Amino acid sequence: MKPQNKISLWIIGFLAGIFNGLCGSGGGTILVPSLVFLTNVIDHHAHATAIAVILPLTIISSLIYAKSGIININITIKVTIGTIIGAYIGSKMLNKLPINILRKLFGIFMIIAAIRMVI
Amino acid sequence: MIEILTGIAAGIIGGMGIGGGTILIPALVFFLRVTQQIAQSINLISFIPAASLAVYVHNKNGNIEKNILIPLIISGVIGAIVGSMAAVKLDPSVLKKIFSGFLFIMGIYEIFSKKAAKRP
Repeated sequence: MKPQNKISLWIIGFLAGIFNGLCGSGGGTILVPSLVFLTNVIDHHAHATAIAVILPLTIISSLIYAKSGIININITIKVTIGTIIGAYIGSKMLNKLPINILRKLFGIFMIIAAIRMVI
Repeated sequence: MIEILTGIAAGIIGGMGIGGGTILIPALVFFLRVTQQIAQSINLISFIPAASLAVYVHNKNGNIEKNILIPLIISGVIGAIVGSMAAVKLDPSVLKKIFSGFLFIMGIYEIFSKKAAKRP
């Protein structure tokens, strides 16, 4: 890896941490393409490494939120049960659905949600 | 029940690698009427159990690139502290605007992204 890419790693980690903490999500979305672009790791390893980075960041962010009283244990438990079931179903559907079309569809959906949130 | 259903729907989309966990936050704000901060707190905490299992499995299979892990985690932790401290102090309406900007960019990214890769 080039020295400037090593420096870039520090910057990308910092940015992923900031966004993950500030927006409560999205650290992985910054990390994965950055790692693929900057390092010569294969896609699958970039994903695995991104989760290993995001996990400690998420734990620290969660603790800071909880310490400020920003936590709803009842809803969190129910939603977590749902997301685990959903993630399992989603990963099984991965090879059976036209993901690239769905990706564009949900991209549009995210843009609409973003606009809807500010008006 | 609406909490579990919202989780399942967001989990399916996230499990297909679309939008990471980002999609759950607006879903929580719209359907459960929680504040922006609480929605983000729920998304962060709900990521931990499945991610822990994923890291355990990936580590066992040797998928984690250990040599790039340390700089990413150290700088990431500093960023996470700064970002979270800001998030808990910001006015919910301001945070909502920042998040919306982020969601908008993510939406554009999903539309133009070509790979069907799985993302956390």
